[in-house]
Amino acid sequence: MRHRVRAAAALVAAGALIAAGCGAGSGTNEAGSPKEPISLRFQSLAFQPESIAANKEIVAEWNKANPNVKVEYVQGDWGSVQDQLVTGFEGGTAPDIFHYESSYLRDFADRGNLLDLNDYLTDKTRRDIRPAIWDTATFDDGVYGMPFLLDAFVVFANKKLLDEAGIKVPAPDDPWTWDEFTANAKKLTKQGRYGAAFALKSPANRILNLSLNFDGKFFAQQDDKSQAVFGAPEKVVLQRIHDMLYKDKIAAPEAIGMGGADTLPAFFDGKFAMVPSGIWLRQQIIEQAPKDFEWVTIPALKGTSQTQAAAPQTLSVSADTKHPEEAVKFMEFFLSPKNQARLANGDAMVPASQGALDDPVLTKTPGWEVAVASGSFLQKAPFQTVKGYEEWKNKIANPSIQEYFQDRITIDQLGQKLVKDGNGILERYQR
Amino acid sequence: MMTRTSPSRRALQYLALAGYLVFLAFPLWWLISTALKTPQEIARIDPTVIPIHPTLENFRTAFEQQPILRSILNTLYVAGVSSLVTVGLAVPGAYVMARYRSIVGKSTMVWVLLSQIFPFILVIIPLFLIVRDFGLFDTHLGLIIVYIVWSMPFALWMLRSHVQSIPIEVEEAAAIDGASRVRMIREILAPLLVPGVVATALFTFVSAWNEFFFALVLLKSPELSTLSLTLVKFIGAEGVARLGALAAASLVATIPSLIFFAIIQRHLTSGLLSGAVKS
Repeated sequence: MRHRVRAAAALVAAGALIAAGCGAGSGTNEAGSPKEPISLRFQSLAFQPESIAANKEIVAEWNKANPNVKVEYVQGDWGSVQDQLVTGFEGGTAPDIFHYESSYLRDFADRGNLLDLNDYLTDKTRRDIRPAIWDTATFDDGVYGMPFLLDAFVVFANKKLLDEAGIKVPAPDDPWTWDEFTANAKKLTKQGRYGAAFALKSPANRILNLSLNFDGKFFAQQDDKSQAVFGAPEKVVLQRIHDMLYKDKIAAPEAIGMGGADTLPAFFDGKFAMVPSGIWLRQQIIEQAPKDFEWVTIPALKGTSQTQAAAPQTLSVSADTKHPEEAVKFMEFFLSPKNQARLANGDAMVPASQGALDDPVLTKTPGWEVAVASGSFLQKAPFQTVKGYEEWKNKIANPSIQEYFQDRITIDQLGQKLVKDGNGILERYQR
Repeated sequence: MMTRTSPSRRALQYLALAGYLVFLAFPLWWLISTALKTPQEIARIDPTVIPIHPTLENFRTAFEQQPILRSILNTLYVAGVSSLVTVGLAVPGAYVMARYRSIVGKSTMVWVLLSQIFPFILVIIPLFLIVRDFGLFDTHLGLIIVYIVWSMPFALWMLRSHVQSIPIEVEEAAAIDGASRVRMIREILAPLLVPGVVATALFTFVSAWNEFFFALVLLKSPELSTLSLTLVKFIGAEGVARLGALAAASLVATIPSLIFFAIIQRHLTSGLLSGAVKS
């Protein structure tokens, strides 16, 4: 009798396994079909109308295909997400799946707030994204986020002014060096017009990012501890921008305090000929530019290399979720190559998915060749793994770099602040 | 002796008044103007005061993308209830603190003052845990209670000053005429307190109407969102804002509070105290 029961149980188990195998191979979106209907909360930070629409559509498609795993779409916002997540994790009310950026995940991962995705991600998902991009959300061998939108620092230029000055737009495989960029900014500077305008309201991330062009790393490992460093490679980009501002006077000093899209009115008016910015600015230019305004995207500048830090937007799963498998399945569905193309199109950014890069939704957008080329040189930067980086950035780097760009301190004084004061902060995180 | 103001002086007074009105009205006009502009016009380097090609597109975008009306109703409910309850509790409290001198009254005032020192970032996590443990997380009731507690010290302080500004002789005269304490409070003191009550109600209402951080932390369901939570959704990464839609939504959001002010403001200036006591 007991043998019969065991045999029956084995048959049922085998049947269930076969059924599960068939399900997995059938390409449906069903998340393991839980017996009881469950619900998951997904918080998105989508901002552009097209992107919000794409987010909602994809969630609706999931809900239609997976009636037992209902996903509730919650609209978050970039300005308050950090405070909201901190309190949400402390109080056990964080969303099951949330949208954020890889740079901010380290602290949450260290506090045990995030699910390690290693045990859940399929090989197909892993293969679809370059290892260098996965690295940005990998800490101590744990994968705490799935990257999906990449940004890179490129240059937007007024086409008419370039033509007038006889400057040719470089191809993505033959980018300008910083020297060529400076020379062209000089050519474009005239009475009442600056050749370039750097919007550096919160400059630290941007400067550390661009300094990788000259192998400037700002941090080094000593005895398993991260230390802030400031040598010749770290000085190059800072010094170049400073020279453009105050020595050559070819970059607009008033733009230094600007953020986001604040430079655009003067760019459209021809007062700023070139605006270095994240690739996301394409969306704002498309939306706001006067109809007769012609613009081009100039590939990312080259120092000794074009290397920039990747800080992709990510989806992560809360460690407290009651349904980790279903949450990751939803995440993989949401970030399938086809869906990443829709999301990247909505935000005018570059998808992390290799499979999304050829999607016609993206290839027809202005400046796409430059955008897609940017994806190849993005990689994890040393500063992205430093514990205490956020505090170092907010308390020391941002205000000090601003002082330097306002010409109130010298580059050596800046270095002293970044290293001496900065290491005081880092020390606390490494005890 | 009455002195007659010269015409030139009067003209200057009107000019100054007009200038002041323009100064006050300009931000509201700028909001209206931005709400009616196209993205291209908003991004012009020489901003236009009157939209060249006025459009209602921003209103359509705002209403399509965010539940503005629902947020307004939520905010009206939360701000209205917390304002009413705060004032309802603060009036008797302030009366006692103003008229009865005791060590309890003094220590209460010190505590009230002390409680204003703490920035809310300091109290938010413990407050959040308390609200959650009482099962009030993600409810309007939880938020209303927090707003009441948060506004109460200022309301008490403000109303206490109003009660103190009413001469005690008024109450004494009523007592001599045979009025009971309850009748004296209801028929003599209450009408005199109306401007103070209105000012306090306005303060608590506006505080709750504008409040962002508590709402952010204590609410999670989109259908419970208050206005400040909804408006901030028009601001994206790197501080980039969809200014047209934000202005349109803000404009619509301003209307209920403007109506509330219009109804209530005349009580602020009713000057009930004048003539209450012969000097």
